[in-house]
Amino acid sequence: MATSTDAVLSAELHGIGIGSGVVVGRVLRMPDPLPEPADNPSTLDPAAEIARATAAMQVVAEDLDARGARAGGTAQEVLEAQAMMAEDPTLLDEVTARAEQGQTAERAVFEAFTAFRDQLAAAGGYLAERAADLDDVSQRVIAQLSDLPAPGVPDPDEPFILVARDLAPADTALLNLEKVLGLITVDGGPTSHTAILAREKSIVAIVGTVGGRDLADGDEVIIDAANDLVIVAPTDAQRADASARIQERADRAAAPIVPGRLADGTAIPLLANLGSADGAAQAVALGAEGVGLFRTEFLFLDSSAAPTVAEQQEQYERMLREFPGKKVVVRALDAGADKPLAFLNDAHEENPALGLRGLRALRAAEDILRDQLTALAAAAANTEADVWVMAPMVSTVDEAEYFTTLAHELGLPTAGVMVEVPSAALLADRILAHADFASIGTNDLTQYTLAADRMLGSVAAFQDPWHPAVLRLVGEVGAAGAALGKPVGICGEAAADPLLAVVLVGLGATTLSMSASALADVRSSLADFTLEQARELAGAALSADGAASARAAATAIAHSTTRTDPAVRSTPERGSH
Amino acid sequence: MAERTVLIGSTHGLHARPAKLFTKAAASSGSAVTLAKGDGKPVNAASILGVISLGINHGDSVTLTAHGDNADTVLDGLVELLLTNHDA
Repeated sequence: MATSTDAVLSAELHGIGIGSGVVVGRVLRMPDPLPEPADNPSTLDPAAEIARATAAMQVVAEDLDARGARAGGTAQEVLEAQAMMAEDPTLLDEVTARAEQGQTAERAVFEAFTAFRDQLAAAGGYLAERAADLDDVSQRVIAQLSDLPAPGVPDPDEPFILVARDLAPADTALLNLEKVLGLITVDGGPTSHTAILAREKSIVAIVGTVGGRDLADGDEVIIDAANDLVIVAPTDAQRADASARIQERADRAAAPIVPGRLADGTAIPLLANLGSADGAAQAVALGAEGVGLFRTEFLFLDSSAAPTVAEQQEQYERMLREFPGKKVVVRALDAGADKPLAFLNDAHEENPALGLRGLRALRAAEDILRDQLTALAAAAANTEADVWVMAPMVSTVDEAEYFTTLAHELGLPTAGVMVEVPSAALLADRILAHADFASIGTNDLTQYTLAADRMLGSVAAFQDPWHPAVLRLVGEVGAAGAALGKPVGICGEAAADPLLAVVLVGLGATTLSMSASALADVRSSLADFTLEQARELAGAALSADGAASARAAATAIAHSTTRTDPAVRSTPERGSH
Repeated sequence: MAERTVLIGSTHGLHARPAKLFTKAAASSGSAVTLAKGDGKPVNAASILGVISLGINHGDSVTLTAHGDNADTVLDGLVELLLTNHDA
């Protein structure tokens, strides 16, 4: 650990914490993008500039190919395509033409790439996504020409805290998780690519960090995700407090794994969110009592046509075998918005989050839905898991009836719907008259309730499931479930917040599903409150004016009812809205 | 000179992986091959940037031309690639 920095005043930066971890370490920044090369006339003759450009393009292409070979899989395909862009003959023609007019290799490369990237960006859709790949190649070639380090994630010998504007999928493909202690991003919200990665890999992270741009290489920081804080240049006392909390958290993780329950013994099964069969064993080891959200997109993402029934059945069986006798809630293919699939919906939409996605897309391509449900029913029959199935993004009673009827007909006796749209929450009593259960997706429910795009960093502050409007909708579903005797689960990130988890139970949630890494913290928090107290917390949060005050109100009551719950000890308010 | 007109087989069109396979094959053919979409301006078939910037979709009609002694053989191989659904 570092020497004392008490001489320097410590400072706090605020962002959105992912998970509830604490970590101490030194900062390394992602290199900033290179400045645009100046348009000064070359002092070399054109042939020399062309030779420089050709050599740099070749070096970059070889480097990208080598990185691809190391990464393997999908990342290799992307990197190999980038390598071909780096050595593209049309691009070289453009560079040559510019060098012959007296431009430097740097400027000629920059302009030639920019002309192509603008063309791709203007084409929109899939081609526009390739524009970012092209920018990356352009930066690499210019860095090579200027003798600067290539942009990308640093890879030092010592573990470090990575500070970046945001991370691109290409950056994360090669992220060395043994070296990265924590992540701080300036942009991005709680559902950004970085946040999802951090949650999956249990990396302590703060996203959307105000002032994160000013952190410098070598700065010592504490990331306190539970409190949405980055402490810069911590005092000895702050460092000691962090160490104590790291220890407490380790103790909690090491505590015996018991089924989720409240202080009064009310059972609240704790389930895991999974995106493929790979995480299943780890989830069981961390005490998952089943799966509350099994995403099936992974089966479809790399293919342009839906996999066959037999292929799907094999994958489902592989996962279901990990959970004999346990509940596994499988979500039918949820395509659209942030994860478009060409064979389901190829149309360009101005507002994809409001477009043909979720069950709407499946209903428009019913063959795909029927195949999926058929494969799932067959897999369920061959394994001992208790398989439930649910439809994504249901917004009407008619849709709920359509899906549950079809699932029952194809041999899946327990069929429910996700509640992610306010209309479904408001009519939960009528929806649950058809559906066997409801599962609330708090990420989308928050996005739709507050009309704030969850992928957009500039409105990330609105994406807070503590908002009383969101909580009231959750309460509607909870009440409908209780009245009709139907289970109501939560499978959004809200369930992973230890205090909010208690509030959600107070609003009527009967199960909670989350990233497996959050199970220990939530289990420990639930055990501190009775159902009566959970309802009291929920009541206080519902009466608040905004997300920050709801959180503060619940925290205040939690303080008075429990003595030492670390998860709720010092939760401050965050950005008001 | 040899010339062929075919319809694209890949579900996603000539993007990403199929484009990479196609341009790699065109580059290593040893012939000067061009690709045009419909009646559009031909691009160098060995240029991945040129090829993807045409925005070729599944079912689009494209025309290949090649020069040189073995132009026909070269085009046979490339046509095969264009007709195959690499996204399946």
